[in-house]
Amino acid sequence: MIILGIESSCDETAVALVKDKKEVLSSIVASQIDVHKEFGGVVPEVASRIHIENISYCIEAALKEAGCTMEDVDAVAVTKGPGLIGCLHVGVQAAKTLAFAYHKPLIPVHHLAAHIYANELVVDMKYPLLALVVSGGNTELVYMKDETSFEILGETQDDAIGEAYDKVARVLGLGYPGGPKIDKMAKEGKPVYELAKPKTQGRYDFSFSGLKSSVLQFTKRMERQGKTYDLNDLACSFQECALDEIFSRIHAALDDHPEIRHFVVGGGVSANSRLREKIEELKTEYPNITFTVPPMYCCTDNAGMIGVAGTIAYVSGRRGDETLTGDASWPIQ
Amino acid sequence: MRIEIHSIEETQALAQAIARLCQNKHVVITLDGDLGAGKTTWTKAFGKALGVTSTINSPTFTILKSYTQGNGQPLHHIDAYRLEGASQDLGFEDCFDEGITVVEWSQFIQDQLPEDRLSLSFEEGIDENRVITMEAKGDVSKSILEGYHD
Repeated sequence: MIILGIESSCDETAVALVKDKKEVLSSIVASQIDVHKEFGGVVPEVASRIHIENISYCIEAALKEAGCTMEDVDAVAVTKGPGLIGCLHVGVQAAKTLAFAYHKPLIPVHHLAAHIYANELVVDMKYPLLALVVSGGNTELVYMKDETSFEILGETQDDAIGEAYDKVARVLGLGYPGGPKIDKMAKEGKPVYELAKPKTQGRYDFSFSGLKSSVLQFTKRMERQGKTYDLNDLACSFQECALDEIFSRIHAALDDHPEIRHFVVGGGVSANSRLREKIEELKTEYPNITFTVPPMYCCTDNAGMIGVAGTIAYVSGRRGDETLTGDASWPIQ
Repeated sequence: MRIEIHSIEETQALAQAIARLCQNKHVVITLDGDLGAGKTTWTKAFGKALGVTSTINSPTFTILKSYTQGNGQPLHHIDAYRLEGASQDLGFEDCFDEGITVVEWSQFIQDQLPEDRLSLSFEEGIDENRVITMEAKGDVSKSILEGYHD
Protein backbone atom coordinates (compact mmCIF):
# COMPACT_ATOMS: atom_id res chain seq x y z
CA MET A 1 0.00 0.00 0.00
CA ILE A 2 1.39 3.40 -1.02
CA ILE A 3 0.22 6.58 0.74
CA LEU A 4 1.01 10.09 -0.46
CA GLY A 5 1.39 12.42 2.54
CA ILE A 6 1.19 16.22 2.48
CA GLU A 7 2.36 18.52 5.30
CA SER A 8 1.99 22.33 5.33
CA SER A 9 1.09 23.20 8.90
CA CYS A 10 3.72 25.89 9.46
CA ASP A 11 7.11 26.65 7.92
CA GLU A 12 7.61 23.56 5.76
CA THR A 13 5.83 22.50 2.60
CA ALA A 14 6.47 18.77 2.34
CA VAL A 15 5.26 15.77 0.31
CA ALA A 16 6.28 12.12 0.72
CA LEU A 17 5.38 8.66 -0.55
CA VAL A 18 5.35 5.90 2.05
CA LYS A 19 5.03 2.20 1.27
CA ASP A 20 3.42 -0.26 3.70
CA LYS A 21 3.81 2.12 6.67
CA LYS A 22 7.54 1.39 6.94
CA GLU A 23 9.35 2.52 3.83
CA VAL A 24 9.79 6.14 2.73
CA LEU A 25 9.97 5.99 -1.10
CA SER A 26 10.52 9.75 -1.34
CA SER A 27 10.40 12.74 0.96
CA ILE A 28 10.54 16.30 -0.35
CA VAL A 29 10.73 19.28 2.00
CA ALA A 30 10.71 22.81 0.59
CA SER A 31 11.96 25.10 3.28
CA GLN A 32 14.15 28.16 3.33
CA ILE A 33 15.88 26.99 6.48
CA ASP A 34 19.29 28.17 5.29
CA VAL A 35 18.11 31.72 4.71
CA HIS A 36 19.28 32.88 8.13
CA LYS A 37 18.82 36.35 9.33
CA GLU A 38 21.77 38.26 10.65
CA PHE A 39 20.68 37.99 14.27
CA GLY A 40 17.96 35.78 15.59
CA GLY A 41 15.96 33.23 13.69
CA VAL A 42 14.80 32.13 10.30
CA VAL A 43 12.27 34.12 8.35
CA PRO A 44 9.38 31.70 8.51
CA GLU A 45 7.75 30.49 5.33
CA VAL A 46 4.32 30.87 6.76
CA ALA A 47 2.58 32.90 4.08
CA SER A 48 0.08 30.72 2.21
CA ARG A 49 1.40 32.31 -0.99
CA ILE A 50 4.78 30.58 -0.46
CA HIS A 51 3.15 27.20 0.27
CA ILE A 52 1.11 27.56 -2.92
CA GLU A 53 4.28 28.23 -4.90
CA ASN A 54 5.93 25.13 -3.42
CA ILE A 55 3.18 22.54 -3.24
CA SER A 56 2.84 21.49 -6.89
CA TYR A 57 6.60 21.22 -7.25
CA CYS A 58 6.79 19.07 -4.11
CA ILE A 59 4.04 16.69 -5.29
CA GLU A 60 5.67 16.28 -8.68
CA ALA A 61 9.15 15.80 -7.18
CA ALA A 62 7.91 13.24 -4.61
CA LEU A 63 6.20 11.13 -7.28
CA LYS A 64 9.21 11.34 -9.58
CA GLU A 65 11.73 10.45 -6.89
CA ALA A 66 9.65 7.44 -5.87
CA GLY A 67 9.29 6.38 -9.50
CA CYS A 68 5.50 6.38 -9.13
CA THR A 69 2.48 7.94 -10.76
CA MET A 70 -0.78 8.85 -9.03
CA GLU A 71 -2.16 5.50 -10.31
CA ASP A 72 0.21 3.71 -7.90
CA VAL A 73 -0.99 5.72 -4.90
CA ASP A 74 -3.65 4.07 -2.71
CA ALA A 75 -4.69 7.13 -0.69
CA VAL A 76 -3.82 10.76 -0.01
CA ALA A 77 -3.11 11.81 3.61
CA VAL A 78 -2.81 15.41 4.75
CA THR A 79 -2.20 17.38 7.95
CA LYS A 80 -5.59 18.82 8.99
CA GLY A 81 -4.14 20.53 12.08
CA PRO A 82 -2.99 21.96 14.34
CA GLY A 83 -1.03 24.77 12.70
CA LEU A 84 -1.40 28.12 11.06
CA ILE A 85 -4.76 28.12 9.30
CA GLY A 86 -3.64 29.77 6.03
CA CYS A 87 -0.84 27.22 5.68
CA LEU A 88 -3.04 24.23 6.51
CA HIS A 89 -5.58 25.25 3.86
CA VAL A 90 -2.97 24.97 1.09
CA GLY A 91 -2.10 21.36 1.95
CA VAL A 92 -5.72 20.36 2.48
CA GLN A 93 -6.85 21.90 -0.83
CA ALA A 94 -4.02 20.19 -2.70
CA ALA A 95 -4.86 16.84 -1.07
CA LYS A 96 -8.57 17.19 -1.85
CA THR A 97 -7.83 18.09 -5.46
CA LEU A 98 -5.54 15.07 -5.91
CA ALA A 99 -7.92 12.70 -4.14
CA PHE A 100 -10.95 13.70 -6.18
CA ALA A 101 -9.16 14.02 -9.51
CA TYR A 102 -7.66 10.52 -9.16
CA HIS A 103 -10.52 8.93 -7.17
CA LYS A 104 -8.36 8.14 -4.14
CA PRO A 105 -9.45 8.04 -0.49
CA LEU A 106 -8.63 11.19 1.48
CA ILE A 107 -7.28 10.87 5.05
CA PRO A 108 -6.98 13.74 7.55
CA VAL A 109 -3.97 13.42 9.88
CA HIS A 110 -3.01 15.15 13.15
CA HIS A 111 0.46 16.75 13.15
CA LEU A 112 1.38 15.69 16.71
CA ALA A 113 0.12 12.13 16.19
CA ALA A 114 2.28 11.96 13.06
CA HIS A 115 5.40 12.94 15.06
CA ILE A 116 4.71 9.94 17.32
CA TYR A 117 3.88 7.49 14.51
CA ALA A 118 7.14 8.45 12.74
CA ASN A 119 8.78 5.92 15.08
CA GLU A 120 7.14 3.14 13.00
CA LEU A 121 9.80 3.87 10.37
CA VAL A 122 12.45 2.33 12.63
CA VAL A 123 10.61 0.09 15.13
CA ASP A 124 7.31 -1.74 15.65
CA MET A 125 5.49 0.36 18.21
CA LYS A 126 4.14 -1.55 21.23
CA TYR A 127 1.23 -0.46 23.38
CA PRO A 128 0.50 0.92 25.96
CA LEU A 129 3.03 3.54 24.92
CA LEU A 130 4.37 6.82 26.27
CA ALA A 131 5.52 9.44 23.74
CA LEU A 132 7.55 12.59 24.32
CA VAL A 133 7.28 15.19 21.56
CA VAL A 134 9.86 17.97 21.88
CA SER A 135 10.39 20.63 19.21
CA GLY A 136 10.31 24.35 18.50
CA GLY A 137 6.54 24.34 18.74
CA ASN A 138 5.68 21.28 20.85
CA THR A 139 6.42 19.90 24.31
CA GLU A 140 3.95 17.15 25.12
CA LEU A 141 3.83 13.87 26.97
CA VAL A 142 1.25 11.60 25.33
CA TYR A 143 -0.14 8.28 26.62
CA MET A 144 -1.45 5.78 24.07
CA LYS A 145 -3.29 2.77 25.42
CA ASP A 146 -3.51 1.41 21.87
CA GLU A 147 -2.60 2.44 18.36
CA THR A 148 -5.45 4.90 17.86
CA SER A 149 -6.13 6.42 21.29
CA PHE A 150 -4.34 9.48 22.62
CA GLU A 151 -4.29 11.11 26.03
CA ILE A 152 -2.23 14.26 26.54
CA LEU A 153 -0.80 13.68 30.02
CA GLY A 154 1.18 16.91 30.11
CA GLU A 155 2.03 19.87 27.92
CA THR A 156 3.98 23.09 28.19
CA GLN A 157 2.15 25.87 29.99
CA ASP A 158 4.18 28.54 28.19
CA ASP A 159 7.21 28.15 25.86
CA ALA A 160 8.05 24.99 23.93
CA ILE A 161 11.46 23.58 24.90
CA GLY A 162 13.02 24.26 21.48
CA GLU A 163 11.74 27.81 21.66
CA ALA A 164 13.34 28.27 25.11
CA TYR A 165 16.69 27.02 23.70
CA ASP A 166 16.45 29.45 20.76
CA LYS A 167 15.51 32.42 22.91
CA VAL A 168 18.21 31.77 25.52
CA ALA A 169 20.74 31.38 22.67
CA ARG A 170 19.64 34.73 21.30
CA VAL A 171 20.10 36.40 24.69
CA LEU A 172 23.58 34.89 24.99
CA GLY A 173 24.42 36.05 21.45
CA LEU A 174 24.91 32.52 20.11
CA GLY A 175 22.81 32.91 16.96
CA TYR A 176 20.31 30.52 15.38
CA PRO A 177 19.47 27.69 15.72
CA GLY A 178 20.17 27.79 19.44
CA GLY A 179 19.70 24.14 20.37
CA PRO A 180 22.86 22.59 18.88
CA LYS A 181 25.02 25.49 20.10
CA ILE A 182 23.84 25.31 23.70
CA ASP A 183 24.16 21.52 23.61
CA LYS A 184 27.78 21.78 22.43
CA MET A 185 28.76 24.46 24.97
CA ALA A 186 27.04 22.61 27.81
CA LYS A 187 29.40 19.66 27.21
CA GLU A 188 32.32 21.95 28.11
CA GLY A 189 30.63 23.36 31.21
CA LYS A 190 29.36 22.41 34.66
CA PRO A 191 25.89 23.06 36.09
CA VAL A 192 27.17 25.45 38.76
CA TYR A 193 24.71 28.34 38.46
CA GLU A 194 21.45 28.35 40.39
CA LEU A 195 18.54 29.03 38.01
CA ALA A 196 14.81 29.19 38.78
CA LYS A 197 13.24 25.71 38.94
CA PRO A 198 10.16 25.58 36.72
CA LYS A 199 6.85 25.49 38.57
CA THR A 200 3.68 23.90 37.21
CA GLN A 201 0.35 22.86 38.62
CA GLY A 202 -0.24 19.68 36.64
CA ARG A 203 1.81 16.63 37.65
CA TYR A 204 3.01 16.06 34.08
CA ASP A 205 2.97 19.65 32.77
CA PHE A 206 6.04 21.60 31.68
CA SER A 207 7.13 25.24 31.95
CA PHE A 208 10.18 26.88 30.43
CA SER A 209 9.37 30.58 30.41
CA GLY A 210 10.50 31.16 34.02
CA LEU A 211 13.77 29.36 33.33
CA LYS A 212 14.35 31.49 30.23
CA SER A 213 13.73 34.68 32.26
CA SER A 214 16.00 33.37 34.99
CA VAL A 215 18.92 33.07 32.53
CA LEU A 216 18.20 36.63 31.38
CA GLN A 217 18.10 38.00 34.90
CA PHE A 218 21.28 36.12 35.76
CA THR A 219 23.24 37.78 32.93
CA LYS A 220 21.84 41.21 33.86
CA ARG A 221 22.67 40.73 37.55
CA MET A 222 26.24 39.76 36.74
CA GLU A 223 26.59 42.80 34.49
CA ARG A 224 25.23 45.12 37.20
CA GLN A 225 27.63 43.68 39.73
CA GLY A 226 30.51 43.89 37.27
CA LYS A 227 31.12 40.13 37.57
CA THR A 228 32.07 37.72 34.82
CA TYR A 229 30.58 34.29 34.27
CA ASP A 230 31.45 31.23 32.23
CA LEU A 231 29.21 30.92 29.18
CA ASN A 232 29.72 27.13 29.00
CA ASP A 233 28.72 26.76 32.65
CA LEU A 234 25.62 28.88 32.05
CA ALA A 235 24.66 26.82 28.97
CA CYS A 236 25.16 23.65 31.02
CA SER A 237 23.14 24.98 33.99
CA PHE A 238 20.28 25.92 31.64
CA GLN A 239 20.34 22.60 29.79
CA GLU A 240 20.42 20.50 32.97
CA CYS A 241 17.52 22.50 34.43
CA ALA A 242 15.42 22.23 31.25
CA LEU A 243 16.04 18.49 30.84
CA ASP A 244 15.48 17.79 34.54
CA GLU A 245 12.03 19.29 34.00
CA ILE A 246 11.38 16.90 31.10
CA PHE A 247 12.80 13.80 32.78
CA SER A 248 11.09 14.31 36.14
CA ARG A 249 7.79 14.22 34.24
CA ILE A 250 8.82 11.13 32.27
CA HIS A 251 9.71 9.38 35.54
CA ALA A 252 6.38 10.34 37.08
CA ALA A 253 4.45 9.07 34.06
CA LEU A 254 6.38 5.77 33.84
CA ASP A 255 6.00 5.17 37.59
CA ASP A 256 2.27 5.95 37.51
CA HIS A 257 1.68 3.71 34.48
CA PRO A 258 3.59 0.45 35.07
CA GLU A 259 1.69 -1.09 32.13
CA ILE A 260 3.68 1.02 29.61
CA ARG A 261 5.74 -1.21 27.27
CA HIS A 262 7.29 1.32 24.92
CA PHE A 263 8.67 4.85 25.20
CA VAL A 264 9.23 6.88 22.00
CA VAL A 265 10.45 10.37 21.17
CA GLY A 266 9.52 12.76 18.34
CA GLY A 267 10.35 16.33 17.32
CA GLY A 268 13.57 18.16 16.47
CA VAL A 269 14.87 18.57 20.05
CA SER A 270 15.43 14.80 20.17
CA ALA A 271 18.72 15.62 18.39
CA ASN A 272 20.01 16.94 21.74
CA SER A 273 22.92 14.76 22.89
CA ARG A 274 22.22 15.16 26.61
CA LEU A 275 18.59 14.16 26.09
CA ARG A 276 19.75 11.02 24.28
CA GLU A 277 22.20 10.28 27.11
CA LYS A 278 19.47 10.62 29.71
CA ILE A 279 17.22 8.24 27.77
CA GLU A 280 20.07 5.71 27.79
CA GLU A 281 20.06 6.01 31.59
CA LEU A 282 16.31 5.29 31.65
CA LYS A 283 16.95 2.00 29.86
CA THR A 284 18.78 0.60 32.87
CA GLU A 285 16.20 2.00 35.28
CA TYR A 286 13.23 0.52 33.40
CA PRO A 287 14.54 -2.73 31.86
CA ASN A 288 11.05 -3.92 30.87
CA ILE A 289 10.34 -0.93 28.65
CA THR A 290 11.61 -0.49 25.09
CA PHE A 291 13.07 2.98 24.49
CA THR A 292 13.27 4.40 20.96
CA VAL A 293 14.89 7.66 19.87
CA PRO A 294 14.59 7.63 16.08
CA PRO A 295 17.17 9.15 13.70
CA MET A 296 16.71 12.82 12.85
CA TYR A 297 15.06 12.30 9.46
CA CYS A 298 12.06 10.91 11.35
CA CYS A 299 12.00 13.68 13.96
CA THR A 300 11.82 16.99 12.14
CA ASP A 301 8.77 18.29 10.27
CA ASN A 302 8.39 16.23 7.10
CA ALA A 303 5.69 14.44 5.14
CA GLY A 304 7.04 10.90 5.67
CA MET A 305 5.46 10.95 9.09
CA ILE A 306 2.18 12.10 7.52
CA GLY A 307 2.36 9.09 5.21
CA VAL A 308 2.90 6.73 8.17
CA ALA A 309 0.09 8.33 10.20
CA GLY A 310 -2.07 8.27 7.07
CA THR A 311 -1.48 4.53 6.66
CA ILE A 312 -2.54 3.83 10.25
CA ALA A 313 -5.61 6.08 9.95
CA TYR A 314 -6.48 4.49 6.57
CA VAL A 315 -6.38 0.98 8.01
CA SER A 316 -8.49 2.09 10.99
CA GLY A 317 -11.10 3.38 8.53
CA ARG A 318 -10.73 7.15 8.87
CA ARG A 319 -11.77 9.08 5.75
CA GLY A 320 -12.20 12.73 4.78
CA ASP A 321 -14.68 14.02 2.22
CA GLU A 322 -15.25 17.21 0.21
CA THR A 323 -16.07 19.11 3.41
CA LEU A 324 -12.57 18.49 4.85
CA THR A 325 -10.96 21.71 6.00
CA GLY A 326 -7.89 22.75 8.02
CA ASP A 327 -8.41 23.17 11.76
CA ALA A 328 -5.82 25.34 13.54
CA SER A 329 -6.53 23.84 16.98
CA TRP A 330 -7.67 20.30 16.11
CA PRO A 331 -7.47 18.04 19.16
CA ILE A 332 -5.18 15.01 18.79
CA GLN A 333 -6.73 11.86 17.25
CA MET B 1 -0.59 55.85 32.03
CA ARG B 2 2.23 54.17 33.95
CA ILE B 3 1.79 51.32 36.41
CA GLU B 4 4.51 49.88 38.59
CA ILE B 5 4.44 46.13 39.15
CA HIS B 6 6.47 44.25 41.72
CA SER B 7 5.51 40.61 41.22
CA ILE B 8 4.03 38.06 38.83
CA GLU B 9 0.84 38.21 40.92
CA GLU B 10 0.50 41.94 40.23
CA THR B 11 0.98 41.34 36.49
CA GLN B 12 -1.83 38.78 36.68
CA ALA B 13 -4.09 41.17 38.66
CA LEU B 14 -3.61 43.87 36.02
CA ALA B 15 -4.49 41.38 33.24
CA GLN B 16 -7.65 40.35 35.11
CA ALA B 17 -8.71 44.00 35.59
CA ILE B 18 -8.23 44.74 31.87
CA ALA B 19 -10.08 41.52 30.97
CA ARG B 20 -13.14 42.65 32.98
CA LEU B 21 -13.17 45.90 30.99
CA CYS B 22 -12.75 44.10 27.64
CA GLN B 23 -15.51 41.58 28.26
CA ASN B 24 -17.93 41.38 25.29
CA LYS B 25 -15.95 44.07 23.47
CA HIS B 26 -14.19 43.92 20.16
CA VAL B 27 -10.62 45.10 20.68
CA VAL B 28 -6.94 44.60 19.73
CA ILE B 29 -4.29 44.77 22.47
CA THR B 30 -0.56 44.95 21.71
CA LEU B 31 2.05 43.83 24.25
CA ASP B 32 5.61 44.97 23.78
CA GLY B 33 8.69 44.34 25.86
CA ASP B 34 11.84 42.23 25.93
CA LEU B 35 12.05 38.45 26.25
CA GLY B 36 11.04 37.53 29.78
CA ALA B 37 9.19 40.80 30.40
CA GLY B 38 5.96 39.00 31.26
CA LYS B 39 3.92 39.17 28.05
CA THR B 40 2.94 35.50 28.07
CA THR B 41 2.19 35.59 31.83
CA TRP B 42 -0.07 38.56 31.18
CA THR B 43 -1.88 36.85 28.28
CA LYS B 44 -2.46 33.62 30.25
CA ALA B 45 -4.11 35.54 33.11
CA PHE B 46 -6.03 37.72 30.63
CA GLY B 47 -7.43 34.72 28.73
CA LYS B 48 -8.33 32.83 31.88
CA ALA B 49 -10.25 35.87 33.17
CA LEU B 50 -12.15 35.93 29.84
CA GLY B 51 -13.23 32.33 30.44
CA VAL B 52 -10.76 30.48 28.18
CA THR B 53 -10.50 26.96 29.59
CA SER B 54 -7.81 25.38 27.40
CA THR B 55 -4.08 25.94 28.03
CA ILE B 56 -2.80 29.22 26.61
CA ASN B 57 0.86 28.69 25.72
CA SER B 58 3.38 30.43 23.52
CA PRO B 59 2.33 31.01 19.89
CA THR B 60 5.90 31.85 18.84
CA PHE B 61 6.24 28.82 16.55
CA THR B 62 2.80 28.82 14.92
CA ILE B 63 2.55 32.65 15.15
CA LEU B 64 -1.21 32.50 15.85
CA LYS B 65 -3.24 30.48 18.32
CA SER B 66 -6.98 30.92 18.74
CA TYR B 67 -9.15 30.18 21.77
CA THR B 68 -12.82 30.51 22.72
CA GLN B 69 -13.82 32.94 25.47
CA GLY B 70 -16.52 32.12 28.00
CA ASN B 71 -19.02 34.13 25.91
CA GLY B 72 -18.28 32.10 22.77
CA GLN B 73 -16.29 34.88 21.08
CA PRO B 74 -12.75 34.15 19.88
CA LEU B 75 -9.54 35.22 21.62
CA HIS B 76 -6.71 35.34 19.10
CA HIS B 77 -3.11 35.30 20.37
CA ILE B 78 -0.56 36.47 17.78
CA ASP B 79 3.21 36.44 18.30
CA ALA B 80 5.13 38.25 15.55
CA TYR B 81 8.56 37.43 17.08
CA ARG B 82 9.53 35.26 14.11
CA LEU B 83 8.24 37.77 11.57
CA GLU B 84 11.07 40.25 12.16
CA GLY B 85 12.30 41.29 8.74
CA ALA B 86 9.59 39.31 6.92
CA SER B 87 7.06 41.15 4.83
CA GLN B 88 4.36 38.51 4.46
CA ASP B 89 0.65 39.16 4.48
CA LEU B 90 -0.72 36.47 6.78
CA GLY B 91 -4.31 37.70 6.74
CA PHE B 92 -4.40 38.94 10.32
CA GLU B 93 -7.27 41.32 9.41
CA ASP B 94 -9.62 38.35 9.80
CA CYS B 95 -8.56 38.12 13.46
CA PHE B 96 -8.79 41.85 14.07
CA ASP B 97 -12.38 41.82 12.79
CA GLU B 98 -13.74 39.58 15.55
CA GLY B 99 -13.54 39.08 19.31
CA ILE B 100 -10.35 40.07 21.12
CA THR B 101 -6.82 39.83 19.71
CA VAL B 102 -3.62 40.04 21.76
CA VAL B 103 -0.46 40.75 19.72
CA GLU B 104 3.08 40.24 21.04
CA TRP B 105 6.07 41.78 19.22
CA SER B 106 3.59 43.95 17.31
CA GLN B 107 6.36 46.20 15.95
CA PHE B 108 7.03 43.53 13.32
CA ILE B 109 3.51 43.80 11.87
CA GLN B 110 3.04 47.51 12.61
CA ASP B 111 1.49 48.32 9.21
CA GLN B 112 -1.15 45.58 9.55
CA LEU B 113 -2.52 46.69 12.93
CA PRO B 114 -5.85 48.51 13.18
CA GLU B 115 -5.83 52.17 14.25
CA ASP B 116 -7.92 51.64 17.38
CA ARG B 117 -5.89 49.52 19.80
CA LEU B 118 -4.78 49.36 23.38
CA SER B 119 -1.02 49.24 23.69
CA LEU B 120 0.85 47.92 26.73
CA SER B 121 4.60 48.17 26.92
CA PHE B 122 6.56 46.29 29.55
CA GLU B 123 9.77 47.79 30.83
CA GLU B 124 11.94 45.48 32.85
CA GLY B 125 13.43 46.45 36.18
CA ILE B 126 15.38 44.30 38.60
CA ASP B 127 13.99 40.77 39.19
CA GLU B 128 10.19 40.88 39.03
CA ASN B 129 9.85 44.67 38.98
CA ARG B 130 8.22 46.08 35.84
CA VAL B 131 6.84 49.38 34.63
CA ILE B 132 3.86 48.93 32.33
CA THR B 133 2.76 51.85 30.16
CA MET B 134 -0.77 51.70 28.76
CA GLU B 135 -1.88 53.83 25.85
CA ALA B 136 -5.20 53.97 23.98
CA LYS B 137 -5.25 54.81 20.29
CA GLY B 138 -8.99 54.98 19.44
CA ASP B 139 -12.52 55.10 20.82
CA VAL B 140 -12.90 51.50 22.05
CA SER B 141 -9.43 51.35 23.59
CA LYS B 142 -9.93 54.79 25.19
CA SER B 143 -13.16 53.63 26.82
CA ILE B 144 -11.33 50.63 28.28
CA LEU B 145 -8.52 52.73 29.65
CA GLU B 146 -11.00 55.25 31.12
CA GLY B 147 -12.79 52.37 32.81
CA TYR B 148 -9.49 51.37 34.36
CA HIS B 149 -8.93 54.91 35.67
CA ASP B 150 -12.34 54.83 37.38
